[in-house]
Amino acid sequence: MIQQSLLGIEDLEREDIERILDTAEHMVEIGRRDVKKVPTLRGRTIVNLFFESSTRTRASFEIAGKRLSADVVNFSPSGSSLKKSESILDTARTLDAMDPDVVVVRHGVAGVPKRIADVLSAPVINAGDGAHEHPTQALLDCFTVRQEKGRIDGLTVTIVGDILHSRVARSDIYAFLKLGAEVRVAAPPPMIPPCIEQLGVKAYTSLREAIDGADVVMALRIQNERLTGAFFPSVREYSATFGIDRAKLRYAKDDAIVMHPGPVNRGVELSHDLADHRPSVILDQVRNGVALRMAVLYLYAGRRPVGKRETE
Amino acid sequence: MTRILFRGGRVLDPSCERDEIIDLLVEAGRVTAVGTDLRVDDAELVDASGCWVMPGFVDLHSHLREPGQEYKEDIATGGRAAVAGGFTAVACMANTQPVNDDPATTDFIIDRARQDSPARVYPVAAATRGLEGKVMTEMAALVDAGAVAFSDDGKTIMDSGVMRHVLEYSRLVGVPVITHAEDRTLVANGVMNEGAVSTRLGLPGNPALAEDVLVARDLMLAEFTEAYLHVAHVSTRGAVELIRRARDRGVHVTAEVAPHHLTLTDEAVAGYDTHAKAAPPLRSESDREACCEGLRDGTLDAIATDHAPHAQHEKELDFSEAPPGMIGLETAAAVTLELVRAGVLTPLEWVRRLSTNPARILGRAGGGLGEGQVADVTLLDPARDWIYDPAKGQSKSRNSPWAGQRLSGRVIATFVDGYRVYDVDRGPLR
Repeated sequence: MIQQSLLGIEDLEREDIERILDTAEHMVEIGRRDVKKVPTLRGRTIVNLFFESSTRTRASFEIAGKRLSADVVNFSPSGSSLKKSESILDTARTLDAMDPDVVVVRHGVAGVPKRIADVLSAPVINAGDGAHEHPTQALLDCFTVRQEKGRIDGLTVTIVGDILHSRVARSDIYAFLKLGAEVRVAAPPPMIPPCIEQLGVKAYTSLREAIDGADVVMALRIQNERLTGAFFPSVREYSATFGIDRAKLRYAKDDAIVMHPGPVNRGVELSHDLADHRPSVILDQVRNGVALRMAVLYLYAGRRPVGKRETE
Repeated sequence: MTRILFRGGRVLDPSCERDEIIDLLVEAGRVTAVGTDLRVDDAELVDASGCWVMPGFVDLHSHLREPGQEYKEDIATGGRAAVAGGFTAVACMANTQPVNDDPATTDFIIDRARQDSPARVYPVAAATRGLEGKVMTEMAALVDAGAVAFSDDGKTIMDSGVMRHVLEYSRLVGVPVITHAEDRTLVANGVMNEGAVSTRLGLPGNPALAEDVLVARDLMLAEFTEAYLHVAHVSTRGAVELIRRARDRGVHVTAEVAPHHLTLTDEAVAGYDTHAKAAPPLRSESDREACCEGLRDGTLDAIATDHAPHAQHEKELDFSEAPPGMIGLETAAAVTLELVRAGVLTPLEWVRRLSTNPARILGRAGGGLGEGQVADVTLLDPARDWIYDPAKGQSKSRNSPWAGQRLSGRVIATFVDGYRVYDVDRGPLR
């Protein structure tokens, strides 16, 4: 059964994931209408609490909320208004007093959404916390794969790149495994987290072996500035060894698709050509992201009766 | 003259291998008699039946936060927390504000302790000025002022050349140099033990290797310089093994382990509870087992609390920003009694690691209850259960991973210099 908050895919059962994906199918249809709006969450307040800057994910949640007629408030305490020393729980308690119906939290440090959820009476949707989880990204990835392949069971999904610092990788690993796929990860050794195979994946340092026979190749964003020199020697060497281009993609299945959570460093983790053209489905991921987040907001925010505090 | 007769208790005195039910007489701050059926007319009678009568515990490692961070703790509240936990003496680390790196600050701490603290307070002075790891402190003057050891605890002296000279110079004053051994370049931005749990939680890992590498370096430097090295809060299997081997080949090294590294693992971080954040971090089960084994076989000489008070608003920061550390003076005895119940330590060996060995390491009185020894006495009921509520404790801070838990074994009374300074029903008496 779906819990109060969506903090990570690790906590979900297969049926929960499928229910969210099925709900998103209905939401796709709303996005195709002339008037892309339904009254489902009218009178509800959604707070986007983004401690870490994000344009894409925040916009996606905002559009999703507005299509469901919710009042969406963006609250970004990052930067000058929030000194690092302000307690996140203080922020949460302040917010709780304003009685939101759902709070979408993004933070650069793992665990913050969970700790906020512990003190908040409203449900919390994790929009990405440190290198922990980014559940809605994984859900939209699964949704996109299901759309493309018709199923997830039995597929081979290879995630390539900075697994160590990636919340997308962790959420995707849990999601695809729970839905019956085989999951592989590939990266230069310093970017493979310790004990990663305990999550049920196989880790590779050879890209060729990792994508051999894969149905889905997921490239992750490399944070050039922060990682170059420390985790791999140079962008040139990274793109030569782990960057995905059409030549390397030949090792995957003929009908393999290429995914990326965005934004893409063109010519680094993906070739220019692949960033824009099939078999990459990057813009489908973005499009599906709105529908998927509508489904999540509907399933989590819609469960509290309007005007009544459940936890009092 | 104050006379106290402890009647019918189980006296545990590692200094003379005594473990028997026997009476103990204290007069004018000294133990004057140990024997059966002692009769003294005008002595205050303490019924110790069912209790353990032990030399007062000595903590090698606490942070009393004064001067400078009195909102976390001060010497008075830290001293009260100490006696409430059965500690009659505490060594306090130098990372105060200002840093205890000059004799005036050492004087201040000793002076303040004399006025305010029911427990003895032994200042540990900084090994380098400002804890910056560059210029060594005036060790001779600091020892004259009362410093018992030198340490940059909280930070590691990363420059091996500086550490070499600190160790060499410490031979002039003959007190231990206490190392906080974590290689900062390997710790990087790590905030919890690196391993399966950090991978799952997505928190940056601090590998056991960071401790192993620095312990190995400091043992080599101690061997080379023939100085006295004390390794603070050992937390890894590798460090225990390195110390064991160094001890075997005659390196002058002692070591301590904290209650949390003996009883908790990185699984305690699973809910992102910042009360489980410590430096060094809570490690794996294999490391925890190795620490227990090291304590059992004597590789680790002492249990030391690393009592590290922090305010609630600090522990409410995100996991990376929240300061590491937990309070421990009031829970150390009950928490580590688990090891006695589990058969890792006999009661006598347990007392040795809480009292006799740390007193010896610091070269201070205490650690034994033989005739003529100082009357620092801790009375503990090993069977008494209690629920630990930090809000009702003596420390100013409440950052404990044991909050709300049922603990077994409670300090009933504590005596310093023959005076009762703590009573479980009445609280601290000073």
